[in-house]
Amino acid sequence: MTANMLPQTPSQTVGPYFAYGITAAQYGYDWNQLAGGVLVRDDTPGTRIRLEGRVLDGNGQPINDAVVEIWQADAAGAYPGEAAFADQTAFHGYGRFGTGTLPGNLYRFDTVKPGAADGAPHLNLVVMMRGLLIHAYTRVYFADEAAANATDPVLALVPEARRGTLIAGKTETPAGIVYKLDIHMQGPDETVFFDF
Amino acid sequence: MKFTPLDPASQPKFIFPFYKSTVLRGPTQTPVHIPQGLGETRGPLFGREWVGPLDSDLTRNGRLNGEPLGERIIVTGRVLDEMGRPVRNTVVEVWQANATGRYIHKVDQHDAPLDPNFRGSGRCVTDDAGRYRFMTIKPGAYPWGNHHNAWRPNHIHFSLTGNGFAQRLITQMYFPGDPLLELDPMYCSVPAQAASRLVSKFDLDVTVPDYALGYTFDIVLRGREATPMEK
Repeated sequence: MTANMLPQTPSQTVGPYFAYGITAAQYGYDWNQLAGGVLVRDDTPGTRIRLEGRVLDGNGQPINDAVVEIWQADAAGAYPGEAAFADQTAFHGYGRFGTGTLPGNLYRFDTVKPGAADGAPHLNLVVMMRGLLIHAYTRVYFADEAAANATDPVLALVPEARRGTLIAGKTETPAGIVYKLDIHMQGPDETVFFDF
Repeated sequence: MKFTPLDPASQPKFIFPFYKSTVLRGPTQTPVHIPQGLGETRGPLFGREWVGPLDSDLTRNGRLNGEPLGERIIVTGRVLDEMGRPVRNTVVEVWQANATGRYIHKVDQHDAPLDPNFRGSGRCVTDDAGRYRFMTIKPGAYPWGNHHNAWRPNHIHFSLTGNGFAQRLITQMYFPGDPLLELDPMYCSVPAQAASRLVSKFDLDVTVPDYALGYTFDIVLRGREATPMEK
């Protein structure tokens, strides 16, 4: 930073008690939250997908008090802007889900598959939890987009051996398409986190 | 338009052993540096449509049969970027313990009473000057399991999404003169020269006579660079 700039406010952990603050409805509190795990309505254009996974600590144990946020383009590859957020019924491309309510401590988003924007189709993620002093950024790419992934400029910056930590596997279930990706905070499969 | 980088002289590192849970939860590998694209420079834009009339008054939004107990306070400040520009029309979410140091969160088992008239969460939106304001009850300190006789200083949690995903900020606001600050692993995780930015200032001009004490807490998010630059 330069001399005439204001200094940044430091980050602090979201702590263990965020649920009633930022994910209240998901955790059964009787008030609303800005965004949850369902990003789509019946009339949202695009291919419906579910993204789910666990957040694991350095011992490989699922973390039950993390919160995951996604930010994504719509099915046409456009990021929602001011007009979308002025309309509460529009597609906002933003979701938030805590790992404390589903069996297996899953995070889960029901959304549309994003169109290509800045490279291969992907979702931008933020992970926060007790014990994480500053949120960690990562991305989720799709295993069935191998050709697009091969030319993605961000994946190209990631050592090849670690790229798999960013690629969600696809399964077709009777209920629809499910992509799965665990987020490893540490360990041999530590997820690639980004700085920008 | 790009955002200025996170400032290592202002931000905590992932692993800070005094705060024990960071040891198994903080990433150990250096984050991979990537250029800012749309996913980083654009972000959710929650504005005034997302805030209801009682959302910024925590002394009213959880009332069951009376007023919450404790010391009424007003917390206000400006949300700015590093260039001093106001971050307008952005939602600020807050949550906190009640006056006894107890959260309504179901997993909080601290042996202090809940207040049936206090929920401890809310949100407000910044105006054209980047100013937010909410009314609440001063939160109490509470013990936690990090080490023997560990107590969290009085604090309020803040969450901001700003104008781009790069501006995401989760933080905690503390109170001036709190003897617990220097003993707190979370507060101490911040580089020493930056930690005091997390401490609000008592402000007689914000104080409402005969009603509530006022505290000021300005928040500075990563700046938008004036000219596009690529490293």
